[in-house]
Amino acid sequence: MSVRVGHTAEKSAFPILAHEILKDQQTRRNVRHATDVIRAKRALRVEEMPDWQELRTAAHAIKTHTLLHLPHYLQQFEKNCIAAGGQVHWARDADEANAIAIRLIQAAAKKQGTSIAEVIKVKTMTSDEIGMNSALEKNNITPWETDLADMIVQMGNDEPSHIVVPALHKNRHQVRELFLEHMKLTELGTEAEDLTQAARHYLRKKFLEVGIGISGANFAIAETGSICVVESEGNGRMCVTMPQTLISLVGIEKVIPKFQDLEVFLQLLPRSATGERMNPYNSIWTGVEPGDGPQEFHVILLDNGRTRMMANVRERETLNCIRCGACLNVCPVYRETGGHAYGSIYSGPIGAILSPQLNGMQHSRSLPYASSLCGACYEVCPVKINIPETLIHLRGKVVEQDQNSITGMFSQEGMGMKMAAHLFEHPRQYEAAQRLARTGQGLFEKDGKLVNLPGMAAGWTQFRDLRALPQQTFREWWKQNKRNKA
Amino acid sequence: MRIHLFIACYNDTLFPRTGMAVVNLLERLGHEVVFPLAQTCCGQMHYNTGYHQEAMPLVKRLMEEFRDAETIVVPSASCVAMMRDHYELMAHNANDARMMEEVKDFLPRVFEFSELITDKLGLTDVGAYFPHKVTYHPSCHSLRLLHVGDRPIRLLNGVEGLQYTPMEGADQCCGFGGTFAVKNAEVSSAMLTDKITCVRKTSAEFVAALDNSCLMQIDGGLHRESGGRGTEGRIRPVHLAEILNSTKANPLTAESLAWDEVSA
Amino acid sequence: MSDARFTVLDTIRRQLAADPDIKPELAESPEAAYARIPRDYQRAAALDHEEILELFYDRLRDYDSELIFTDEAGIPAAIAQAMRDAGETLLLVPTGVPQSWLPTQGLGILRDEQLTTSALEQPRCVLTGCTVCVAMSGTIVLEHGAEQGRRAATLLPDHHLCIIRRDQVVETLAEALGRLTHLTAPITTIAGPSATSDIEMTRIRGVHGPRRLTAIIL
Repeated sequence: MSVRVGHTAEKSAFPILAHEILKDQQTRRNVRHATDVIRAKRALRVEEMPDWQELRTAAHAIKTHTLLHLPHYLQQFEKNCIAAGGQVHWARDADEANAIAIRLIQAAAKKQGTSIAEVIKVKTMTSDEIGMNSALEKNNITPWETDLADMIVQMGNDEPSHIVVPALHKNRHQVRELFLEHMKLTELGTEAEDLTQAARHYLRKKFLEVGIGISGANFAIAETGSICVVESEGNGRMCVTMPQTLISLVGIEKVIPKFQDLEVFLQLLPRSATGERMNPYNSIWTGVEPGDGPQEFHVILLDNGRTRMMANVRERETLNCIRCGACLNVCPVYRETGGHAYGSIYSGPIGAILSPQLNGMQHSRSLPYASSLCGACYEVCPVKINIPETLIHLRGKVVEQDQNSITGMFSQEGMGMKMAAHLFEHPRQYEAAQRLARTGQGLFEKDGKLVNLPGMAAGWTQFRDLRALPQQTFREWWKQNKRNKA
Repeated sequence: MRIHLFIACYNDTLFPRTGMAVVNLLERLGHEVVFPLAQTCCGQMHYNTGYHQEAMPLVKRLMEEFRDAETIVVPSASCVAMMRDHYELMAHNANDARMMEEVKDFLPRVFEFSELITDKLGLTDVGAYFPHKVTYHPSCHSLRLLHVGDRPIRLLNGVEGLQYTPMEGADQCCGFGGTFAVKNAEVSSAMLTDKITCVRKTSAEFVAALDNSCLMQIDGGLHRESGGRGTEGRIRPVHLAEILNSTKANPLTAESLAWDEVSA
Repeated sequence: MSDARFTVLDTIRRQLAADPDIKPELAESPEAAYARIPRDYQRAAALDHEEILELFYDRLRDYDSELIFTDEAGIPAAIAQAMRDAGETLLLVPTGVPQSWLPTQGLGILRDEQLTTSALEQPRCVLTGCTVCVAMSGTIVLEHGAEQGRRAATLLPDHHLCIIRRDQVVETLAEALGRLTHLTAPITTIAGPSATSDIEMTRIRGVHGPRRLTAIIL
């Protein structure tokens, strides 16, 4: 098994990546602007929904229920999809999924008689997760990303910095430069409108000519065997309608029981993701429809680490995610760093819990700590994933791993925490430690503040001042002045 | 009423003034305060950092210390959030039925400071006097975990002479986040910079909160910005309890909150 | 392939079985458990039908759609007017659209009889009916086929003329989905023109999908 999440394995820890980004004022301005805008739009569209909390409750219940009966619903989906003329493939990990896709694409290209294999793709985070584009390229298949932001990311050989608006770290001038180069244009305006129209013309031919489409799925409906793709630009409709062959890469957690359940998710998703009452387009299709759209349809059901998240409620709940990105937009940490600091295509609060779990915790161990636990993410999550609780749960796993290793056991933090716990368990020693700290702080005290503290505390004094300990603790004052009555 | 005080370890060590204010205020309001001396920590630092094993004995001994208390006040929203959000979970995960019973018995007796004054004591005007412009930072745990709502604002508005001025971006985290502040110090301080900008915009003299931890972060940032030069015009972070404890006879002053005097 | 299928399903079952907290739920039938999902959100209409229609028109106007109000007999004139306003003379029409809707003169009618992609690219306007509309979000739902055409027909032309009967407009999404009878047909929901906010969050209307919608309300 080789579970993979993009290039996460090779990335540095969050604080190190964040350090670089915090110096990049342009990126920070772009991120801040984008998140402020979506956040305000979302708030507006959520406020007008008196039944928002009831929708969240229903969504959480549907997702929870589905996961508890996942084998049932996956098999139901499979059966109905096949009955409607689709073909269903199962992939345990990234490599297996890519191998299936490559085999299907090569066969379809051969059948269509095209000498150069190309695919048009509608935004799918899951394909980024498994590194599909680079796997296709290695096999001489050209993937064309057709979502505007994904195209910008692809042209810039960049990585997505947001789940919904992956190129929000680029401003229009940076986008214009990329378009001039890659579309081989000599003239191009600087407004978003100009850039969007350039993308329309650039991709139109691809939509009409490329015979193979690749999509993800927002929802896979067990009852009917249907796939639903949610989008705005129309590139999704193009990709799932125009090619003769369509391949949908679907994480196993995307299945929902019934068609009617869309009434919950299609209200929550657009308002949470882009602050719209409804996104311009939803495409729902079932297998193959004679005379309409692709006549060959494949679904790849992907595990890639999902199944091992199912034994514990905190981990399982992560699979509720419908990839709306609302948690990114409200996260005060994401707001400062943008997505690239997370070293994973899944960034922000959801990335901080999803990436380490998909990766099996070996990598991205710093991510559960990339949060102040402020709780804003949980408050907006349309499927009520308790992200702060999950972060704490995962921190517990990190510590557990550490305590089972020699270096971890004797790390400064580990020792410090053990010592603190010991003191808290022994009030007299705790009081002695308070006195000792007061005496000892003389070494670091300057004008009433503590400077250049050693060890972990250095992280504090590097950026903030710390008031020197007062002359008397509360309990000393109490003993001196109050005393409990008998 | 007989009220037991859980002060929280960091208030005990770093912010004794808050505890004193709670005691004096409650006594002024005619209540008796009890401080169990063997109390230490609610376990939050360990638990939230992932040291779940280490937190366990702390939780158990805290509940033991307050076994006989009828009403417990905690001038730290964050600690109360730890108790309400995690104690049951810890008992559940440990499959400890006895602990679960203790938790269920313990939690209804716990009140965050502003909850105690408004809900339990039924007051919004405690006879305080504080003729200053004050803004309020709703700490994340008081806002999103305890849902204290407008209780603190009602209390501030009940203070004679106090001019309350709301803060833009009030619900935005100050960047403290416990060990986050040192493990991700740089991001934490970037968040703090945003918060301080919002605090400054209010042109308040004081910024109040229910958590000294956030106030320590804000204070540390403001102090660093000032370069330690002069205390004139510097915004003073102060726990809500200290404002409510301020009276005409014993007013709280900006000078008394200055750094050098504390350690002088 | 079957290996992977077995491994995935088997791992899920084993993992779920390892969680002591969900034993009772796992023992239940999926149908029984599903029936218990709380659905306290608004599913039925709360407004009267006139209010629902007004809300729907507001939403459409919000999307810069053009609205023409007429009756069954007035459809051809409405189409002719919309085409004149758009400065267009060629109209793509799915085979299922009744002849009675179409103007008899002054307009080129292109029936979509298995047209090639390049032929579909020629007309800039398409006329269809729809299945149901959601007032709350200004959404039009197509089940395709018959007078709604295949999916490509409402995708390639830049201007969509849609015939909407008043009784097709419902308040909530739940009502709309409940009205669909052919769930395995291709279904497209349309709410306003194609759009993107990918560049600096500036909302641009009209990307790859149709940029204009004329709603002909009966």
